[in-house]
Amino acid sequence: MPMPEWLRMRRAEPATAEQAAQWTKCPKCASMIYRPDLAVNLWVCPTCGHNFRMHAFDRISMLVDADFTEIGGEIAPGDPLGWTDKVPYPQKLQRDRDKSKLTEGVVCGFASIGGYPVALGVMDFNFRGGTMGTVVGERIAMLFEQAAPRRLPVVVVTASGGARMEEGMLALMQMAKTTLAVRRFRDAGGYYVSVLTDPTTGGVTASFAFEADVIVGEARAAIGFAGRRVIEQTIRQRLPDNFQTAEFLLEKGAIDMVVERKELKDTLVRLLDYGSAVRPSANGRASVVAAEGAR
Amino acid sequence: MNTIVEREKGLLELEQRITELKAHAAQQPVDMSAEIRALESKYAQIQREIFGTMTAWQRVNMARHPKRPLGSDYIAALDRFDELHGDRHFRDDRAIVGGFAKLRGRRIVAIAQDKGRDTKDKVLRNFGMPSPEGYRKVIRLVQLAERVNLPVVTFVDTSGADPGIGSEERAQGEAIAQSLYQLAGTRVPIVATVIGEGGSGGALALALGDRVLMLEHSVYSVASPEGAAAILWGDAARAEEAATRLKLTADDLLGFGIIDEIVPEPLGGAHRDPESTIARVLDAVDAALTAQDALDVDERLERRYRKFRRIGSV
Repeated sequence: MPMPEWLRMRRAEPATAEQAAQWTKCPKCASMIYRPDLAVNLWVCPTCGHNFRMHAFDRISMLVDADFTEIGGEIAPGDPLGWTDKVPYPQKLQRDRDKSKLTEGVVCGFASIGGYPVALGVMDFNFRGGTMGTVVGERIAMLFEQAAPRRLPVVVVTASGGARMEEGMLALMQMAKTTLAVRRFRDAGGYYVSVLTDPTTGGVTASFAFEADVIVGEARAAIGFAGRRVIEQTIRQRLPDNFQTAEFLLEKGAIDMVVERKELKDTLVRLLDYGSAVRPSANGRASVVAAEGAR
Repeated sequence: MNTIVEREKGLLELEQRITELKAHAAQQPVDMSAEIRALESKYAQIQREIFGTMTAWQRVNMARHPKRPLGSDYIAALDRFDELHGDRHFRDDRAIVGGFAKLRGRRIVAIAQDKGRDTKDKVLRNFGMPSPEGYRKVIRLVQLAERVNLPVVTFVDTSGADPGIGSEERAQGEAIAQSLYQLAGTRVPIVATVIGEGGSGGALALALGDRVLMLEHSVYSVASPEGAAAILWGDAARAEEAATRLKLTADDLLGFGIIDEIVPEPLGGAHRDPESTIARVLDAVDAALTAQDALDVDERLERRYRKFRRIGSV
């Protein structure tokens, strides 16, 4: 879907929604927030600064200069295990497609950020908890493969509950697939920045999220390998509140920096300035040329 | 309680009776061969009934059998082994054993996950759950193998990477990611064998190989059945159901093209004849390494890429 269409869709939403849906409660401080205000404020609570989890389209709108050319959007999940529990897996997928307006857990494509043409992938927790199945693995691998010959840097914004159980071992193998793609891309001289947002866990943490040249954590995001609940059950005690936050990882030396959402785009532009092989052109044409070459 | 151990009890009793009867018969003038034959055929029948077709859950229990050969047993069966310790940063993680070795006359770097046999050994090895420094030891040893141009042979057996506070503080996710990253581009051959439990990312971190083998009754899964049941249904007790749905047996995974070869086990499982099972695995690894000798580095890396690249592609 081209970017302007998304924007129209997002803008049209409040007009058709019921009045009640215009208000939402901050899960952190419980204050009532008028949704359009929240959107203008980049989905950050104006009262307490809590970062709401962002829809991939909103995240892309926030980061890119203008257009976004999606790739791999046509790749749709199968049901390799024939998985059924309460609901058959294909029904769960359909429900999440309807609810999230996404085709899968990651949106990938070409765009420009601050004039720098980039290959951009954005994960979305709204689609099956951002879990990595075959489609997420395929789209991420494709993003790195298509970025390399264009000499584009890759930016990936992660949000994931880990590997997708309903696709079993095929899901786990996406850790290998994405890693091979990142390795090949970086061995060929590619520059890769990952942005870890709330929450980034499990198989995504243990693969492409932590294979970047520069790793940025969004402020207060939960980032870790094992889930908090699993650890608490194992050690039979409550974990401190700051455990597995971006700030905690920064202190332990696991990530490069912690950035507030409103600073994220400017930060990325600076990081692209240091590492991008492609320089921006004054009129932003570089990104258009790159995107037209995409298939 | 391990379901395989339970089911074995009757068999082991019968086995003992046959042995006793044979000893008794040897000292008696009367011919008891008919009785012995009858017991032996009954034994074989029960054995076939129990082990002829095994459910996914039974295989999970077989993979966790207390007597199943462990990583260290495979290492001990190599022609030679010189252990190399530590990650050079923090500590030596005993859940992972690695070093220079010789296999069928060939010099290799061998790396095994080891769960430990008795209680003391299990605690020492953290029940086979590696910490970040374990994966960092793997990275170091694989880099060493590449420097001196020796193939890497791994033996995978873990319920998963350690989920403790310390492991999170020392970036368990980063350690596994970097282990995968190291294997992804390593120029020497990598042959991995799942010998027991292949538990999630903690297992895959040693299994991104040019050839991936699995013992017949081992399992390899996106999450432990207990973990998957907890994640999906908030009820770890539904592990048996999860085991069936997850498609974690060697047959399932060969069908998906996730593994390349199944190494058969004796009837009743690897622990019934550890020596021959281990020899069979080492023969299969040796054959896989011989096949790799024919490839030049670029072709090996290209095949490794394509092998994993096509999994789950449409």
